Amino acid sequence: MEKKRREFLKIIAAGTSGLIGGSTLASESSSKKDTGSYLGVLVDTVNCIGCRKCEWACNQENQEEKHELAKFESKEVFKTSRRPETDKFTVVNSYDNPKAPNDESFMKVQCMHCNEPACVSACIVGALTKSESGAVSYDAWKCIGCRYCMVACPFQVPAYEYHDVLTPEVKKCTFCNHRIKEGKMPACVEACPEEALTFGTRKDLIELAYSRIKKSPDKYYPYIYGEKDIGGTSWMYLTGVNYNKTQLPELPEEPIPEITESIQHGIFKSFIPPLALYGLLGLIMYSTKGEENSEGGENE
Amino acid sequence: MNNHEHPEQMKVKYFSFGTKIVALIAALGLATYFYRFFVGLEAVTNLDNQYPWGIWIAIDVASGVALAAGGFTTAALAEIFHKEKYHSVIRPALLTAMLGYTFVAIGLMADLGRFYNIWHPMMPNMWQGNSVLFEVGICVMIYLTVLYIEFLPIVIERFKNKVNLPGLLAALNKPIDLLLTIAEKTLGRITFVFIIAGVVLSCLHQSSLGTLMVIAPTKMHPLWYTPWSPLLFLLSAISVGFPMVIFESILASRSFKIKPEKKVLSSIAKYTPIILFVYFIIKILDLIYRDALHYIWEGSLSSYSFSVEMLIGVIIPAIMLQNSKIRNTIGGLFTAASMVIFGVALNRINVFLVAYNPLFETEVYFPSIYEIAVTIGLISTLVLVYRFLVIVFPVISIDGETKKEMENRNQVGIIK
Repeated sequence: MEKKRREFLKIIAAGTSGLIGGSTLASESSSKKDTGSYLGVLVDTVNCIGCRKCEWACNQENQEEKHELAKFESKEVFKTSRRPETDKFTVVNSYDNPKAPNDESFMKVQCMHCNEPACVSACIVGALTKSESGAVSYDAWKCIGCRYCMVACPFQVPAYEYHDVLTPEVKKCTFCNHRIKEGKMPACVEACPEEALTFGTRKDLIELAYSRIKKSPDKYYPYIYGEKDIGGTSWMYLTGVNYNKTQLPELPEEPIPEITESIQHGIFKSFIPPLALYGLLGLIMYSTKGEENSEGGENE
Repeated sequence: MNNHEHPEQMKVKYFSFGTKIVALIAALGLATYFYRFFVGLEAVTNLDNQYPWGIWIAIDVASGVALAAGGFTTAALAEIFHKEKYHSVIRPALLTAMLGYTFVAIGLMADLGRFYNIWHPMMPNMWQGNSVLFEVGICVMIYLTVLYIEFLPIVIERFKNKVNLPGLLAALNKPIDLLLTIAEKTLGRITFVFIIAGVVLSCLHQSSLGTLMVIAPTKMHPLWYTPWSPLLFLLSAISVGFPMVIFESILASRSFKIKPEKKVLSSIAKYTPIILFVYFIIKILDLIYRDALHYIWEGSLSSYSFSVEMLIGVIIPAIMLQNSKIRNTIGGLFTAASMVIFGVALNRINVFLVAYNPLFETEVYFPSIYEIAVTIGLISTLVLVYRFLVIVFPVISIDGETKKEMENRNQVGIIK
């Protein structure tokens, strides 16, 4: 079964990898896209056993300083709620779930790779882009380090290398886009020994999630977090209890950039409002000029 | 209007006792500023992954831009609406705006992780039209250039017919003079283009600064989170323009021992209550519409800070300036103007810091001693540069009466 799943997913990944390569121009991000074809991961927190192999795999794949697997086997970490950091793009936390053994389930946390990412909309230089694959990618070379993406992110995921004096970077899960391009799945998904992480297109994953909920309605809270929240995300979650009792934030369905971009584009619509203001002020300046003379003027 | 005042250079010694103290604070601040570039952000700031923005953004940049609004509001009033009696405040306001924005850029450099990439937004291949910050950045950059162009005539006026280079360079005196004359004529003809552009650019980025935090709807406190934020930012920037002019003018008159232009100042103060009133009404209507008014009674830091912002920054000074008796005293003017300035600065701090509630905070952000030192240091440096420039260039106007007095003083004090 395990093998079959991987085969199936690999095929999906290979099929979509052809689309990847040319990064999209950010200015058209608000145009309606087929979000179902984005690649994503379904995180089944009910199936997660908290083994933290995904953390280890992520470390091996994405960090320069590599740690041994043994370092990730401690369960002590579940005593606190951790956040992704510059040196760990993903962490596993626990949450209370009365339906689970020991009353606890586990939840992997990382960048959600939103369909309409607030960080991409916020970035002043287009250093963050939404790739065709669905990954939200970062180009450190463009980045000026303003950290507006961190202000914008509704999941509070991007971390900053404040300690780096000269070349600090914004750090977050890359969705292993380099692996996806090669037709492989993200390192964490590959390392997962359970049915906790499933890689595929969003469309297929949503179907899979619904079928799991249908099959075991007593195990799952009947909601796919990320299907619609904040405009939908590439990473989606199944939970044992209401998601608002976990670390997942309560968010509206409207994508965040919709508000700011409509204000922004309203003000700059074909530059008409600024030009109209310019014209109006020019007119006022010209028509009030007479008053200057009647008051005596300044130049002899 | 009979004896039209003309701006003059201030004839004082640069270093007074007060100036020396300011210089000391500035030196400490600047040392910290340069230190930051050697040790990085972690060593000097209390910023973390939950609080990516601190006082360098909320005060140095956001409040800095707002408090530089005297430049475009005065330009609009005196040069576009041609209210000639306010001519004497144009130059001080212009200089403040020019220095204000320059220091916004200098302050921002400290906050940027990759400060050496600050020019990136200018490159067409990195333009990002969806980014509110991009719009703010571009407008501020162009506006800063416009401000320098607007200041040029003052520089020309200072040196025209006075070019006197030593030694061999003396041969260049005449050509440079000619160049200055041509530049003055040309600028005089096209200056209106820049004046209007300055006002338009200001309206654009002052409002867009208000759009910045609209990107974080789920983290912002409801008292400040509103899609109307750009309009509120623009209105509050306009409202603080004249109070800044009044505040500075009174301080400068103290410092240079000249009489404050009470008539002009109390006259320009008439506009402020009207703008504050409109601002207040829109703000309250917005709160009612969003059903957020009740948060005022929440009893949290946010609710207190909001109340202080509205009471001290808007309601009380509006009432004070509405009263002609208070408006006609220097003390009243200065107090009310200071309150408006405090209110707008607090509003920016509220929007960018107090209202911002990150999802997983472990400890609340409070600026480090270094962050505070840099902010205070930059403000002090600005004051020092301002003092230097009004001594070197004709910026501040002195009315006829004071001038005579000063001449007498000089005759007594200085042996020619």
